[in-house]
Amino acid sequence: MPASLKIKALTKSIWVFHLACSPCNNCDIEILDVLTPRYDVERFGIQLVGSVRHADALLVTGMVGRKVVDRVKRIYEQAPKPCVVIAVGGCACSEGIFRDSYNACGPLDKIIPVNAYIPGCPPKPEAIIMSVVKLIKALKGEK
Amino acid sequence: MNENTINLIKEKLGSKIKKFVEYNPKRFYIDILPSDVVSAAKILFVELQLRFIIATGIDRPDGLEILYHFSDDKSGSVISVRVLIADKEKPEIETISKIVKGAEWIEREMWELLGINFRGHPNLKHLLLRDDWPEKNYPLRQGQGEGRKNV
Amino acid sequence: MSDKKRTIIPIGPYHPLQEEAEFFKLYVEGEKVVDMDIELGYNHRGIEKLSESLHWDQSTFLVERICGICSTSHPFAYVNAVEDLAGIEIPIRAKYIRSIIGELERIQSHMLWLGLAGHFLGYNTVWMWSWKYRELVNDMFEFITGNRMHYAMMKIGGVRRDIEKKDIPQVEKMCNDLIPALDLFKGAVMDDPVIHARTKGVGILPREVAVDYCVVGPTARASGVDIDVRRDDPQNSAYSLVDWKVIVTQNGDVFDKAVVRILEMYESIKIIRGCLSGLKKEPEGIFDLNVKEIPSGEGIGHYEAPRGEVYHYVRSDGTNRPVRHKVRAPSYVNVPSNQYAVKGETISDAAIILAAVDPCYCCTERVAVIDKEKNKKLMNGFDLIKLCQKKTELLRKMSF
Repeated sequence: MPASLKIKALTKSIWVFHLACSPCNNCDIEILDVLTPRYDVERFGIQLVGSVRHADALLVTGMVGRKVVDRVKRIYEQAPKPCVVIAVGGCACSEGIFRDSYNACGPLDKIIPVNAYIPGCPPKPEAIIMSVVKLIKALKGEK
Repeated sequence: MNENTINLIKEKLGSKIKKFVEYNPKRFYIDILPSDVVSAAKILFVELQLRFIIATGIDRPDGLEILYHFSDDKSGSVISVRVLIADKEKPEIETISKIVKGAEWIEREMWELLGINFRGHPNLKHLLLRDDWPEKNYPLRQGQGEGRKNV
Repeated sequence: MSDKKRTIIPIGPYHPLQEEAEFFKLYVEGEKVVDMDIELGYNHRGIEKLSESLHWDQSTFLVERICGICSTSHPFAYVNAVEDLAGIEIPIRAKYIRSIIGELERIQSHMLWLGLAGHFLGYNTVWMWSWKYRELVNDMFEFITGNRMHYAMMKIGGVRRDIEKKDIPQVEKMCNDLIPALDLFKGAVMDDPVIHARTKGVGILPREVAVDYCVVGPTARASGVDIDVRRDDPQNSAYSLVDWKVIVTQNGDVFDKAVVRILEMYESIKIIRGCLSGLKKEPEGIFDLNVKEIPSGEGIGHYEAPRGEVYHYVRSDGTNRPVRHKVRAPSYVNVPSNQYAVKGETISDAAIILAAVDPCYCCTERVAVIDKEKNKKLMNGFDLIKLCQKKTELLRKMSF
């Protein structure tokens, strides 16, 4: 399959896999909020999947702790390519308040390539939706 | 009610008490010797039916301190039993997890974060840190485990 | 017990549904669970050490980020600990506001749990409903504090923001809007024969075992252990000033844990209403003592979080940072009790039992059954959910 076709397919109904790397839960809850009736992104075909092997996008939250760092790498390798990685929340973007912790080895973009950052502690559901929209536009080459 | 429990504790622990501090009407701190910790736990947890909350390990210049916090839920007061292990090189103390089942995890945590060895603990292995965490590196000791390190 | 027949089911550390990574190892023989191992640490962030390098006021924000669901309980306990250390009594207005925020958080958290519990039973309607109505509570938070989560209301010596008199009718109205939603859940859980069949008599934690494991919160209260920090030791909060009662049930099974949580939400509404009418009587403006210095000493603070008692211990040497700050979250003592509750139950029930203590992690979705001899995957998370749904289906047919 040519790469352009893969990208085109990727932008239709993105399936996301949610990966928590030592977060405080808040970003995770907001991600679930996006999927439940108030915001309901399933309208657009965005769906949470149970296995990373079905996923088009990884939503990663939290500063990356030492115990999860190997697993994050492994899960990224298992994801079918092309796959986009979205760092959700201040911790995944920059480790936030946990920067000086002895158990931290993030931020996320030092471990796996990241396509989009959503700052905020936690980001509002609107921000998460907006980032996905922007990402799709960027993948399509629009501005 | 509260007065009674405190008097009962004083009476039962007896000569084991090295120092008794009433910080305020609901907070009590009792100093005992490390060798008495199991019998004290038995008295407080089994006989007096206090609830074990948690233990706190503290690195002090003169040794390692452990505070065992017990709660008297009828009066809402917290009784903390303090022991000081003077030997910082090879700190050891008897486990209380045989009496208080809920103390199993916190002893494992103190073992890995502060390097205190609990004699007789059934399952002393890493709880929070990676299994390949460097030996002799105890994050909660002063001057250790500070700042970021790259993996 | 021959080791041959034993199968290990790893649950976690990654699971699609929610929250943190945690790892349970279930040992099963056939369908029966015989033992369990719990592995922690996927979430360890070294907060106790970090707190020693932060200013007293900064630590409030750090402890808020221990957990997103109980993000006001930890600061609540922490400021209580510091106020216990310094012997501070906060203004009554601040006490009311603290209690309101704490109770709103309890409703939010219990609804979240209820939804997840429904999902684990294969009853997704409850999940979607409760998360829909949970948004009402989030709206209230946004109205009162400005944030949907991480409310940042607690402060040593008071609260950061006031609830003004002109805002109170709006908050009361929002409270009233919640009641129909709660009635809906009460009906959905208490009268539904399928939920009865799936949860009654499942995962029983007897009273003696609950005491032995030192469990707290709804897990303990469902087993008949009558403890609640809000009643027993209401440090610097308004719980002793309003009328409410502690919910205790006796059976200790999953159903009772759900009932305790649902009835607690009604009590929370009662407390909020009481606090709001108390607020009306108090003069506006005095909600914070300007605490500048913390003396040396040690302090203990605890607070009843939605999951149980949060416990903070701080020690000061008179400088502007704590010497030691110990945190004990309720799940730390509740989760080991699973080891007892899950024994002898079937695998399809294990998911709901592990979730019933409302752990701050529910990695109960991504399960793979591995045959120990061949080390081959036999069953994944979807199969397990299907198994759950099949069982529900079966019971539904039986009970109608």
